Amino acid sequence: MAALFKARKALAVCLAGCRSLSQLAELPETHQLLRQTCRDFANRELAPIAARLDKEHSYPAKQIQDLGAMGVMAMEVPEELGGAGMDYLAYSLAMEEISRGCASTGVVVSVNNSLYIGPILKNGTEEQKTQWITPFATGEKVGCFALSEPGNGSDAGAASTVARQDGNEWVLNGTKAWITNSWDASATVGISAFLIPMPHPGLSLGKKEDKLGIRASSTANIILEDCRVPLDNMLGPRGAGFKIAMQTLDSGRIGIAAQALGIAQASLDCAADYAHKRTAFGSPIGKLQAIQIKLADMAVAIESARLLTWKAALLRDSKKPFTKEAAMAKLAASEAATFCSHQAIQILGGMGYVSDMPAERHYRDARITEIYEGTSEIQRLVIAGQLLKEYQS
Amino acid sequence: MSGRVLVGVKRVIDYAVKIRVKPDNSSVVTDGVKHSMNPFCEIAVEEAVKMKEKKLIKEVVAVSCGPQQAQETIRTALAMGADRGIHVEVTGKDYETLGPLQISKIMAALAKKEEAQLIILGKQAIDDDCNQTGQMTAALLDWPQGTFASEVSLEGDKIKVVREVDGGLETIKINVPAVITADLRLNTPRYATLPNIMKAKKKKIANMKPADLGVDITSRLEVLRVDEPPQRQAGVKEHKHGARNLAEGTL
Repeated sequence: MAALFKARKALAVCLAGCRSLSQLAELPETHQLLRQTCRDFANRELAPIAARLDKEHSYPAKQIQDLGAMGVMAMEVPEELGGAGMDYLAYSLAMEEISRGCASTGVVVSVNNSLYIGPILKNGTEEQKTQWITPFATGEKVGCFALSEPGNGSDAGAASTVARQDGNEWVLNGTKAWITNSWDASATVGISAFLIPMPHPGLSLGKKEDKLGIRASSTANIILEDCRVPLDNMLGPRGAGFKIAMQTLDSGRIGIAAQALGIAQASLDCAADYAHKRTAFGSPIGKLQAIQIKLADMAVAIESARLLTWKAALLRDSKKPFTKEAAMAKLAASEAATFCSHQAIQILGGMGYVSDMPAERHYRDARITEIYEGTSEIQRLVIAGQLLKEYQS
Repeated sequence: MSGRVLVGVKRVIDYAVKIRVKPDNSSVVTDGVKHSMNPFCEIAVEEAVKMKEKKLIKEVVAVSCGPQQAQETIRTALAMGADRGIHVEVTGKDYETLGPLQISKIMAALAKKEEAQLIILGKQAIDDDCNQTGQMTAALLDWPQGTFASEVSLEGDKIKVVREVDGGLETIKINVPAVITADLRLNTPRYATLPNIMKAKKKKIANMKPADLGVDITSRLEVLRVDEPPQRQAGVKEHKHGARNLAEGTL
């Protein structure tokens, strides 16, 4: 009797899981259409300009507005607030395709969706959502997320920016570092979870960092000197800042994993195409085992990371815990991106080293994915922490 | 003019794919090959949706003839803003021999059934390049036609069409109901917005067979053989004064 019960329970669990697992094998029709639309946009509007954006460090304002008009800048936001009302699996698909065209555009989309809109959607009051989300759904304004500081990156809890209440205002002092979108943003969410419009008296921007990759997106310090915001600008309850930041990063990891997948896929596309066309020793180099083994390893790395990313997104959409899976996805995808872009240069040989081919830009763009939104080392600690908890019970 | 527009959308091999001929030279390889909406059909859909947004027409109906996969093409049209779809199911050998004459018979039958005021089609499909369906449909219905349209506007109860022709541009005015075929410069098709992709899921696609419309789709054509174009030969380098020598008949 007990065995029958267990079997029935196991079947129920399996079926519940199967509803989402089958989506890993074949995407639902809307998601396929969404993926194709984003792929067409990336191929026609992003890929042709990505090299120039990178060279000139120029922000893709028009493309971000176009993406806003499509609903890509606020994918999870309900339609009433101006968003697309889609799920995180859809977001991951869109992120991968956009990043495949241009990794810099990808990170702008990711930060706006996961790091800026994300915490407001989850923790904000109705007024805060209307004021701080709706204008940022169209692509005309983008947001940024200020967590890291010059003195703490991985050590997020050691933040030193302070907020002091003075009458009906908060007064903020401190410096935030490495803020993506900073120069193009119109608002930011800080660790103590404050919403600050930009520009704003008391908030100034440091110089734009001269980065190795994702050069079309701006990264700079945000300096707060007696920056005053109304009490209503606090997001979530007092003292919840760290928790909000960690929750936000969990979701952000899925977005960055998808961005890394896009870069990895673009590298594989570039390398495989070259392998067909370039001849050596009388045949296309794709016939050589050394090249084939590299391509196979690249494809496996991408597909496994992609399935991890989709699984994390599906778990999040089913409102199940997804911290471990999100960290695994980000770790796997970012290491796939650096691996694939490295191998792509190797397959292209000398041509991989010059800007005539996109391989070198993918190599430079990939590198940051192992660092931001939690270094690969931090991801490993998060995974181990979750794992050990599971084994305890 | 208010009312209903039929837009034909064809599922073709994607323009970026390298076409390969089957080893038996019977046709091109389509299995596992990426397909998408014919680019000129996209332009036709865009024009119809624009007319609806300007409140010049009330309803856009997307029509596609083919196997199950034709529904994907209709779904794309719905995501661009068409209101509903009609899938005329044609499969197997019938689908392989489907051509402009049969399609125009189907479109004509649907136009009568749906009481359409306007049919907008792409000027041609990029797989067979026939450039016949629009013209044949107009003839079967005895409607005026504005083909190779690069501009379409309403003037009173007539439609003004600027046509791209070999000699330049020709402007004509035609009565409604009419058939228009879209040329490249008519408009730039929009990307489907995500909310519209979600809405497209709920829009209806009606299914029917050619027999339901009383249309006989037997082909009057038989494809004997398909070959790749001949390989480009290397050119011949002429001497510096080669042109003069050639005229004199010497090298």
